[in-house]
Amino acid sequence: MSAQIPLTQQTQTTGPYKYGGPVSHFVRTVQAPLSLWTATVIGVVLVAAPIIAVMVLALGEVGDIWPLVRGTMLPRMIWNTVLLLGGVAVISGVIGVGTAWLVSMYQFPFGRFFSWALLLPMAMPAYVVAYAYVDFLDLGGPVYQVLTGLFGQQQGRLLLPHIRSLPGAVLVLSLVLYPYIYMTSRAAFVGQSGRFIDVSRTLGHSMFSTFWRVAIPLARPAIAIGMALVMMESLSDFGTVDFFAVKTLSAGLYDVWLSMGSLAGAAQIGMSMLGVIALLMVLERMGRRRQRFAGPVQTSAPAGKIIVSGVKGWALCLLVALPIVFGLLIPVCVLIKLAASSVEGAALSAYFESAGRSIVLAGSAALITISLGMLLAYGARTAGNGRPAQALRSLTQFAGLGYALPGVVLALGVLTVLGQFDHLVLQPLGMQFFGVTLLTSGTVLALLFAYAVRFMSLAQGNVEAGLTRITPHMDMAGRTLGHGPWSLLWRVHIPMLRGALLTGAVLIFVDCMKELPATLLLRPFNFETLATLTYTYASLEQLEAAALPALSIALVGLLPVFLMSRRLDKIGHL
Amino acid sequence: MKLTKLMGLGAALFTLAIPVAVTASEAAGEMAGEVAGEVNVYSYRQPNLVQPLFDGFTAKTGIKVNTVFAKKGMAERLAAEGANSPADVILTVDIGRLMDVTDRGLVQPVASDVLSDAIPANLRDADGQWFGLTTRARVMFVSKDRVADGAITDYEQLADPQWKGRICTRSGAHAYNVALIASLVAHWGEAKTMTWLKAVKENLARKPQGNDRAQVKAVAAGECDIAIGNTYYMGKMINNPDQKAWADAVRVVFPNSDNRGTHVNVSGMAMAKHAPHKDAARALMEYLVSDEAQALYAEQNYEYPVKAGVAWSDLVKSWGTFKGDELSLSKIADYRKKAIVLVHLTGFDN
Repeated sequence: MSAQIPLTQQTQTTGPYKYGGPVSHFVRTVQAPLSLWTATVIGVVLVAAPIIAVMVLALGEVGDIWPLVRGTMLPRMIWNTVLLLGGVAVISGVIGVGTAWLVSMYQFPFGRFFSWALLLPMAMPAYVVAYAYVDFLDLGGPVYQVLTGLFGQQQGRLLLPHIRSLPGAVLVLSLVLYPYIYMTSRAAFVGQSGRFIDVSRTLGHSMFSTFWRVAIPLARPAIAIGMALVMMESLSDFGTVDFFAVKTLSAGLYDVWLSMGSLAGAAQIGMSMLGVIALLMVLERMGRRRQRFAGPVQTSAPAGKIIVSGVKGWALCLLVALPIVFGLLIPVCVLIKLAASSVEGAALSAYFESAGRSIVLAGSAALITISLGMLLAYGARTAGNGRPAQALRSLTQFAGLGYALPGVVLALGVLTVLGQFDHLVLQPLGMQFFGVTLLTSGTVLALLFAYAVRFMSLAQGNVEAGLTRITPHMDMAGRTLGHGPWSLLWRVHIPMLRGALLTGAVLIFVDCMKELPATLLLRPFNFETLATLTYTYASLEQLEAAALPALSIALVGLLPVFLMSRRLDKIGHL
Repeated sequence: MKLTKLMGLGAALFTLAIPVAVTASEAAGEMAGEVAGEVNVYSYRQPNLVQPLFDGFTAKTGIKVNTVFAKKGMAERLAAEGANSPADVILTVDIGRLMDVTDRGLVQPVASDVLSDAIPANLRDADGQWFGLTTRARVMFVSKDRVADGAITDYEQLADPQWKGRICTRSGAHAYNVALIASLVAHWGEAKTMTWLKAVKENLARKPQGNDRAQVKAVAAGECDIAIGNTYYMGKMINNPDQKAWADAVRVVFPNSDNRGTHVNVSGMAMAKHAPHKDAARALMEYLVSDEAQALYAEQNYEYPVKAGVAWSDLVKSWGTFKGDELSLSKIADYRKKAIVLVHLTGFDN
């Protein structure tokens, strides 16, 4: 999964704009637009309802089994989670910062290609990479054959790494998540700190010393942003840790809920995970804010790259290629091999049906979510400056927290809300419409709702980032020319936000394609998507049949990565 | 510019319209279905396991079967939907989940002579709230090469130090293992079961992971010598070209056949409390215990039919007959919680 792209460089060029500036003052004097207020409030309530429902669930009776959970299970779950997060942060940090530095500072064969190709592993859902590596490192698999060929049957077998373990999960997650850190730290290296790097070098510092004494300290906020995103993703990962039998909070939550029968306990664990992620989000925002003021107003790439040629150049090329080989090439090759051996008629038609369904579903969800996200962000921007406006702004931030809840917990919240809605609203209304019983639970609407709540922060983040680049003078000029806020939104903001809206929508689209736990639980009758198909086959240990849908999800995931890499490329070569 | 905007708007409306149209057409289909007959199933069972049965039912009655499959959260979905739930029949894979939906009041009793005649009394609820459909024995799959015939015959022996580093199993907290451990608690009491669990934990070749099939795969790969699993997985693997080699590497051992019998669990069904298609639901439930459906279970799913007189499949027969533990299922269900506590207290999954 992916969070909003931190396009800090672009914020730089237009200068920071903070809420509570002239626009809100202006709006307050003009009269707050009531319809916009109402629409925003309705949007917030809608999106926040399932999150609140989960809070209510967490207040329920935890059951007599809770002392056992707290005494024996919870400490282990927390410890495993800490190890996982720490491990992923360190390893993806080394890969991400290291490759970003090499690509930004040195010129070597295919350097330009790597500068965007290093983002590609991001497209791979972690659970898909996990499936692929289990097959790759299996007894009898390619690695096994090489090892036994080299060291003999006994030795080779002992040397085979145990991928289904905590270190295995750390590696798999790091391989698909390092691009977040690569992206933020590269932007920092070529952008604001570029000038300082030049100065450091002209003052006689070696590259090594420049890296540690200038580049890293300056890029620290950027690296922190990347790491916060990486840790958020690791914390909410379920597929990998489940498959590898690592009892982290997200996996242990199922034990508490299903085998211990404590729904409230599971909801509490979910809420505490939300707390941690909310904290990371705050840190990320703080990092971003600091970064905004850290550098000079004008961005500048470092004067020139150091040219590395010959054997050294190729060695560097090989080194930088490693993350792509392990994060993308090997898993994709394994999947292609598996898929090729399993393609047959019946499976293929099931595949096409669910592929079509996934695309329509994810497309609709992306559109709905980005529209709602735009409404919330724009509503927050124009709300004004008083107490109620402050409250509204906090609430729109709260509405973005769905991202921080484990998918299945959020699905339970959605179930509760829709069940109550059907019961309290639709039922009294008669529910009959041309003789058709109208219900929201168990329909596509339930799924769309769940996706909107889950991925709202992606929409909001991208739109907010886009809105900060639109100077409040635009709003003022428009208003003095007699346009209301709706008309402004339509004529000024939306056209100017096109890029941000597209990025947000594509990110949401891809995440919806991958989403599994909520889809499994909320889907209508006779309904398979690519993600549920992959899961169903994989849970039957039929990785061959799971390969084709898994591969498709991965390919779709490449879409936003290309989009982003193009943007990043622009930044890198101003 | 104007034109692109309009096109964009058009595309947006179009995309928005699709899910609504899909929902509406589904709803309309539902209504149309009510005429021809339709029944909605919430299934914990893998779709490919039950689809042939539903196809048989539709062929016979013309009633369409709609399914939604989820392993986690079905009971919560039922509860949240309440009186509006479209669910008619609930299919589960074990006694635990069957008792879970029953205890939460999500099912309704069904009084049917067809059902009570076909299903032995110890495999159904006395009040008709739940019914067992098939039984499956929880057996040991032992390596043909590395475990001598008769070297292990009882669950008790899994605790023997001679198997140190040689046993594989899925998570102890999984419903299948919980039911097995609950049956041991019923027979031995908590203290002895705990000692046994600790000893078995010591003997594990690896941390519990994967499903029953994955354990047999591990035996085939030489990671361990004894796997614990349900019988029907064997049939599933033998008939899967990619997995046949795993099954060929092991032999089925029915534990405790010479004394109290092998632990047996059921897959089962119940009628949802607010079933909108009660008659169709009842028809489906009765069909599932018919000779035809029970034979299908035996032939295609390699499970043991609950109905007396229905032949086992040849493959199932080839594993041999066995004595099943006659402990009642409700007794096992009673000890489930204790079993789960023991699993976590012993750190079995760690």
